[in-house]
Amino acid sequence: MNHYETVFILNPVLSEEQIKETVKKYEDILVSKGAKMISKEDWGLKKFAYAIQHKKSGFYHMFEYTAPGESINPMEVEFRRDERIMRYLTVKLDKHAIAWAEKRRNRNSKQKAKA
Amino acid sequence: MASIQEQAKGKKDGEIRYLTPLNIETSKAKKYCRFQRSGIKYIDYKDADFLLSFVNEQGKLLPRRLTGTSLKFQRKVAVAVKRARHLALMPYVTDLYK
Repeated sequence: MNHYETVFILNPVLSEEQIKETVKKYEDILVSKGAKMISKEDWGLKKFAYAIQHKKSGFYHMFEYTAPGESINPMEVEFRRDERIMRYLTVKLDKHAIAWAEKRRNRNSKQKAKA
Repeated sequence: MASIQEQAKGKKDGEIRYLTPLNIETSKAKKYCRFQRSGIKYIDYKDADFLLSFVNEQGKLLPRRLTGTSLKFQRKVAVAVKRARHLALMPYVTDLYK
């Protein structure tokens, strides 16, 4: 099992329902391939630094999970076929990155608790 | 530095003499790798604001000789910037005259 992190950008024209459905779909794909979700993050609608498909913003979502290496490719194939996904990036986390991700998660949850 | 009087006398031949002693700072503060100094081990591509300090106004990566970053971390900075660009968190190019 490896530690991974995936960020993907959803098309901004989607409705809230469709977004939830899409996120759920990829979560289900991962779990069915034997992945264990660690955290899910919703960054909301963010402005792009440059236009992608003539659009200036998109919905960012992030998953952090441990999964066997063979589960990544089927998911990325799905990403490529899906028109709702504008961009995706999967990164394998090394031990420093895992430590950083944990720190970041704690900081985020603290900020949420304050707000 | 020799005083004006000494210079006026021309104590040392062949040396350039100035009417007023020049005061040019020659010893600059030594550059250092900020990752090694502050103990950062992982450079996060999601933190675009931080990565902006390693690119110029056009969005190009700054060389090591300007930022002082060590080779090991310069490679990591480069990878992080490229990932951030892919996710549109940072620009590939910024046109200044737009």
